[in-house]
Amino acid sequence: MIALEKITKIYRMGRLEVPALQGIDLSVDQGEFVAVMGASGSGKSTLMNIIGCLDVPTSGRYILDGTDVARLDDDQLARIRNRKIGFVFQSYNLIPRTSALHNVEMPLVYAGEGGRTVRAREALGAVGLADRERHQPTELSGGQQQRAAIARALVTNPAILLADEPTGNLDSTSSLEIMRLLSSLNAEQGRTIVLITHEQDIARFAKRVVELRDGRVVRDEKNAA
Amino acid sequence: MNLYEALRMAANGLLANRLRSSLTMLGILIGVSAVIMLVAVGNGASVSINNQVQSLGANVIYVYPSNARGSGGVSQGFGTGSSLTQADVDAINNRQQAPDVVAAIPVAQTGGQVTYANQNYFAPTTGTTTDFPIVRNYQIAEGSFFTEDDLNARHRVVVLGQTVVDNLFGSTDPIGQTIKISRQSFRVVGVFASKGGTGFGSQDNVIVAPITTVWAYLTGGRGKFISQIIASAASPSVVSQAETEITTILMLRHQISDSSQADFQLQSQQDILNQANSIATILTLVLGAIASISLVVGGIGIMNIMLVTVTERTREIGIRKAIGARRRDILVQFLIEAMVLSGLGGTLGILVGALVAREAIHIPALATSNFPAPVVSLPSVVLAFCVSVAIGLFFGIYPANRAARLHPIEALRYE
Repeated sequence: MIALEKITKIYRMGRLEVPALQGIDLSVDQGEFVAVMGASGSGKSTLMNIIGCLDVPTSGRYILDGTDVARLDDDQLARIRNRKIGFVFQSYNLIPRTSALHNVEMPLVYAGEGGRTVRAREALGAVGLADRERHQPTELSGGQQQRAAIARALVTNPAILLADEPTGNLDSTSSLEIMRLLSSLNAEQGRTIVLITHEQDIARFAKRVVELRDGRVVRDEKNAA
Repeated sequence: MNLYEALRMAANGLLANRLRSSLTMLGILIGVSAVIMLVAVGNGASVSINNQVQSLGANVIYVYPSNARGSGGVSQGFGTGSSLTQADVDAINNRQQAPDVVAAIPVAQTGGQVTYANQNYFAPTTGTTTDFPIVRNYQIAEGSFFTEDDLNARHRVVVLGQTVVDNLFGSTDPIGQTIKISRQSFRVVGVFASKGGTGFGSQDNVIVAPITTVWAYLTGGRGKFISQIIASAASPSVVSQAETEITTILMLRHQISDSSQADFQLQSQQDILNQANSIATILTLVLGAIASISLVVGGIGIMNIMLVTVTERTREIGIRKAIGARRRDILVQFLIEAMVLSGLGGTLGILVGALVAREAIHIPALATSNFPAPVVSLPSVVLAFCVSVAIGLFFGIYPANRAARLHPIEALRYE
């Protein structure tokens, strides 16, 4: 599903070159639930940006669902993000003053696909928010907002779900709720999930843990169930 | 992304900041309504000039004496010559020589103090022949026009325009009354129906008398002078043929072979209309251009607000890009937002401008003057709407492009 080969990313700050990723090799198969861990500055955000096609690597190959995405231009990357990746962010990132339903419809709008309302309702139903479709983000609790964001990520039926600290802004009850939802999406629907976190408790929900330090993979092992 | 979605997003964005959107729209509204109003004023002037010139009589051709030339060839100024004679008029009235001319009349114009009882007034007195009402398109409202007999016998009779009647007689019936022009007595035999022109050179401010009478009593010292000949062509389409015929007749009679040396000149109603129109067009353009400045200011207001909006919504732009919006999608979203802002402002501006233009004549200060009623024309409305949308497009492109080029990661991190 995902194959990263010798991925490097170097940021230039004036004349200074800052290496963020120094040769990452990582592959994630269909149906896996992987947690990427690491302290801040370990390169996990950069890795997540590259996996999420928000950024391109300085060198290396990245095959996503059979497509080499390392050398695509902005609009082609946008298309890949739209079709193959579902984002879940730490701060939910729903569009303000827009109903939950319309937020969930948004990726379908950009995909130019029909049957939006029906599909968006289905996705909202799947995360248990069927009765909240008319609510705006400010009228939803943090947990509900994150569930709406998960519905938005799923509505295009993407190849992978990319969750960046999805519980970072939530209390422990809501965190548990969201992690159970992600686990069940993986277990019951076979969703491929890449979870970025720095919390051991959260990483425990994943089936496999990858740890980064200084832009390199330092640990990659199955989670004891 | 289709147009409906784009409009829905634009509406959402604009409604989020109602006050700001309304104020921005106000800028365009004022600009567009100013353009509509001022162009309407220019149009109104044009229509009023047209009506006035038209009321002089359709298909009319004027023949003036050319500038008299002294022995050294020095021009003595317009109308100083006196080359036209009654024989010229008779020749033009000859159907064989000028088949396209319906009638030609001589005109001897003079000014003078007009008095009746204790009222006095100043109006030009026109000496002419009995064909005057046909050629100049006047109707008789009361009494009758003077007759061939009056002309031959130099009877001291006059026909008055409505303005003269109003100023001299008030409510008294003028028919049969005697008025004095330059201390000579004349009997009123008829009154013209009003032609409705207003202001300078009103067609109702006339006194018409037999030309022989004018020569005998009013312009005594100058002999049988004719200040101009007015001819009427059979229809608008034969005006130029009629002009050629008149020119040929007069050149022959005056023994002139080179038309640049002609001692007369022709001017048709069409020429006057064209001149008047070109002046009115310039007036309209100047007014429109002045008003357009405020439209540009409104456009800059849109650009300003769109830049603020893009900055404020950087994070939203990042989210949209993350879930698959391409550059074009973001560009279109903000362009449409700017165009809805300006288009809506423009539409409201057209309504306000048209309303003010329509009600302007009811403003007391304007109603009493000879202010021509503004005329809102359809082309100016269509143009104003298109221009306002185009302004949204033009001033929206820079902010929208700025939004479209944001990098998704940086936009997402923006607080």
